[in-house]
Amino acid sequence: MLEVDIKKRLSHYNLEVDFSMGDEILVLFGPSGSGKTTILHTIVGLTKPDEGTIKLGDKAFYSGKKDSMSVQARNVGMLFQDYALFPHMTVEQNIQYGMKRKDEHRSFVIGQLLQVLGIHQLLVKYPHQISGGEKQRVALARALASEPSILLLDEPLSALDKQTRIDCQNELIRLHEMWKIPFIIVTHDREEAEKLGDRILFLDHGKIIDERKSPYTDSPHSTYSY
Amino acid sequence: MDYSPLMLSLKVAAISTTVVFISGVFFARAFARKQFFGKSVIEAIFILPLVLPPTVVGFALLLLFGKHGWIGKWLLEWFDVQIVFTWLGAVIASIVVSFPLMYQSAAAAFNSMDDRIENAARTLGASEWRVFRTISFPLAWPGLLAGLVLSFARGLGEFGATLMIAGYIPGKTDTIPMSIYFAVESGQMEKAVFWVVIIVALGFSTILWLNWWSRRNMLRYANENRSR
Ligand SMILES: Nc1ncnc2c1ncn2[C@@H]1O[C@H](COP(=O)(O)OP(=O)(O)O)[C@@H](O)[C@H]1O
Ligand SMILES: [Mg+2]
Repeated sequence: MLEVDIKKRLSHYNLEVDFSMGDEILVLFGPSGSGKTTILHTIVGLTKPDEGTIKLGDKAFYSGKKDSMSVQARNVGMLFQDYALFPHMTVEQNIQYGMKRKDEHRSFVIGQLLQVLGIHQLLVKYPHQISGGEKQRVALARALASEPSILLLDEPLSALDKQTRIDCQNELIRLHEMWKIPFIIVTHDREEAEKLGDRILFLDHGKIIDERKSPYTDSPHSTYSY
Repeated sequence: MDYSPLMLSLKVAAISTTVVFISGVFFARAFARKQFFGKSVIEAIFILPLVLPPTVVGFALLLLFGKHGWIGKWLLEWFDVQIVFTWLGAVIASIVVSFPLMYQSAAAAFNSMDDRIENAARTLGASEWRVFRTISFPLAWPGLLAGLVLSFARGLGEFGATLMIAGYIPGKTDTIPMSIYFAVESGQMEKAVFWVVIIVALGFSTILWLNWWSRRNMLRYANENRSR
């Protein structure tokens, strides 16, 4: 169970959100500049809120400026917008970078992961030798191989063409079923939000202005098409 | 022909480059992408030897490392080490004049790096030391190497500040630039020409190699970006 209740002063407005989630896919949906990336960064620990609390289960990530767990200790997986693969390492080295130990069970899990993502023939390649969709899958495999207790995805599919995007959406849903941890996915594509989200939080100017449960039925707020 | 100036110059430049590389990388990395009170003042002090006349740098070093200087007095009392008029003086002069080159190259290399890559490593549980060792350092390496080579070349050619703090003592502080100056002074033109040829050849091959290396890296970088 992830519980987030934070306030942070940003350049044009105050970010003020309060939500909690279980092992579901939560979508943060809102226009560019509405604070989505900032929320993810406070959860992963790359930036600090001004006040509030962030908790995952009984682990307090943040409970005040002086009481903030380091990024490394939080064990939060993060998929960056343009993947941030390590350019000087092969796909295999990228995936192994965050693996905690290598035993039989883990090797099996990772093997299964590579299978599902269809990247086992890419292992010896370098990031600049693979396509955008493949980079995306490698970044996912790398994040999951470190066995995070929650996965954050910042506009993971926005750089992909339509077909690859649909494939990757299906893979995300499948991976979530396999992994059973909370996923937070940021998107500004309404169709994608509806397809992926068990729950959708609508964000504007740092506030949650609406919340929907999937399946997304007809909405009177037809203005949400960013 | 006495080759000791070559050996001494190489020794001085090697030691000073080692010190400058480690400290330059350390400070550049510690200051990269950070804003704190006094940063620009500290950076100005780091770069200052690049624009000051060598005699001023030498004068400052004399004040600090002379027998009655703050550091010199202390080194003499506690370790019985004298800096002035020894080859250690030449090392210190080299360090001070080549540090700005190393710092600037390293700072540029670290600042231009995409911090998302380092952050990705942190989210994968890598300690700060591991992030530095496996991500920041290898990715900054082309820039760091350029700084290293420039510092070495600068250390090899250092004259003004060295003259002030180490003087010209044959067999003790006669680096190649020193030997050239005093050979000309005393009319030994052949000797001067010999050392001039050596040092021009060293400098020239260094720059050629550096250009070749950076072009090679540039090509590799272009290849990496093409397929994005
Ligand atoms: N550390 C920060 N301090 C103050 N303002 C920030 C900071 N980081 C981002 N911002 C501002 O916060 C707003 C939201 O940014 P962001 O979270 O990136 O939005 P989104 O991901 O929804 O596009 C932007 O206006 C940005 O300029
Ligand atoms: Mg964003």
